[in-house]
Amino acid sequence: MDLLNLSVVAEYYPVLLRGFGMTILMTLIVITLSLTLAIPVALSRMSGNFLVRLVGGTYVELLRGTPLVLQLVYIYFVLPGVGIRLDGFVAALVALTLHYTAYLSEVYRAGIQSVPKGQTQAASALGMSRGQTFIRIVLPQAVRTVTPALGNYFISLFKDTALASVVTVQELLFSGQIIAARTYQYFTIYTVCMIMYFSVGYPAALFVRWLEKRTSGGYARRRRRQKGGQA
Amino acid sequence: MIELNGIEKSYGELKVLKGVSLSVAKGDVICIIGPSGSGKSTLLRCINYLEEPEAGEIRLDGKIAYRDIVRGRIVARPRAEIDATRREFGMVFQDFNLFPHMNVLGNVAEAPVRVRGLTRAEAERRGVALLDRVGLANKVDSWPEELSGGQKQRVAIARALAMEPKAMLFDEPTSALDPELVGEVLEVMRFLAAEGMTMIVVTHEMGFARQVADRVIFMDQGQIVEEAPPEQFFAAPRMPRTKAFLRMAQQES
Ligand SMILES: Nc1ncnc2c1ncn2[C@@H]1O[C@H](COP(=O)(O)OP(=O)(O)OP(=O)(O)O)[C@@H](O)[C@H]1O
Ligand SMILES: [Mg+2]
Repeated sequence: MDLLNLSVVAEYYPVLLRGFGMTILMTLIVITLSLTLAIPVALSRMSGNFLVRLVGGTYVELLRGTPLVLQLVYIYFVLPGVGIRLDGFVAALVALTLHYTAYLSEVYRAGIQSVPKGQTQAASALGMSRGQTFIRIVLPQAVRTVTPALGNYFISLFKDTALASVVTVQELLFSGQIIAARTYQYFTIYTVCMIMYFSVGYPAALFVRWLEKRTSGGYARRRRRQKGGQA
Repeated sequence: MIELNGIEKSYGELKVLKGVSLSVAKGDVICIIGPSGSGKSTLLRCINYLEEPEAGEIRLDGKIAYRDIVRGRIVARPRAEIDATRREFGMVFQDFNLFPHMNVLGNVAEAPVRVRGLTRAEAERRGVALLDRVGLANKVDSWPEELSGGQKQRVAIARALAMEPKAMLFDEPTSALDPELVGEVLEVMRFLAAEGMTMIVVTHEMGFARQVADRVIFMDQGQIVEEAPPEQFFAAPRMPRTKAFLRMAQQES
């Protein structure tokens, strides 16, 4: 088997880096959008109104119950049939956002429901409004519970952006495919791609594991350390 | 000051309160005892509208609370008005329900800042004074998870007092505590009663009821069975169900 062909890497690394930049950009855009959109979706699933619950629930189950790559292909190839034509980049962003919004909304919902009912009751008994109770009491506790889960979804999202290659977005994988097809240096190019994904994915996974440990204990030690005092 | 007239409340098929009427004057300490499931917690929770009664009226200082009668029909007041009435009552729960993500002072200062609009500095200044009153001046910077049950409950009392309520509702405040920690919480409650706080206390602590209550109420199956001053209530209960309950309670202790 060939060893890494360094001259190919030297020649094409700007293309790979540009692709990598695209991968990161897509990840950040979709994180921002889905983190935000998941809030109303989560709230809709806990709504007192049956219809609102039904709409939210249908959306979430449809997107969780079908393959992401099919959702992407659907948006890119089928929607033009009804007059909605999106370029590959936008189609990929839409598909990934819809998909991850569904998953993140479930994470939010679990987090919110994990906060004991006594907490909302205590806040209500103190005269706090529903909004104040949600923002000051429920949300901070829920966020802490779900932070590691969110982190894990961000890592999957980062890797799932590779699916955008299916609709010709020049992110890292597709850039690699183009170069490989031109140079026949499959081993070298795909290994470099692998290393580039891993160089972000692995530290991120370590970071999430650290977060998990940090948020699993009580509140006291963490805060003390932040303030620089002793525990 | 607080008047309940014919309060009724059901959960589905189960009728939990079957027309409860009660009158509490300013400075009164009322102790409510009764078997599990008799509706004691539900009654307290109706008073501050954590539960919405189906029938009956609640009056605070003579005025109907939470509801209005518009063209002969009973309607709930706007949410903001309900919140405003609710904060006239301080509530202390069996399992404390301190906010775990705030330190002790944060717990006490939160509602005064958010609800009454005090500055953080002012709310904290008052919070420290309140914590001092419940004997926890040295725990201001602690976290709820670092406190014993008795300390947690005293913080919860200070948190409720920080809203300067007209009356305090206690729902079995010592039932979740180890026996050796019950005393410190009851002591704070005695202190409050002596200061003239209006209090409605659901409790199994007969000694406390005997010494501190102005009146003791026995509830069973969603109704007030007997209501009397403690001397009479414990020495000469009139109703057979009260007698049976007191006998049982005595055997247990
Ligand atoms: N949210 C609820 N949904 C359905 N049933 C409820 C609810 N809350 C209370 N109940 C029922 O209502 C009845 C009265 O409950 P409540 O908590 O008021 O009794 P209690 O006198 O406080 O009892 P305990 O001494 O055990 O605290 C019980 O049968 C209980 O199961
Ligand atoms: Mg109860």
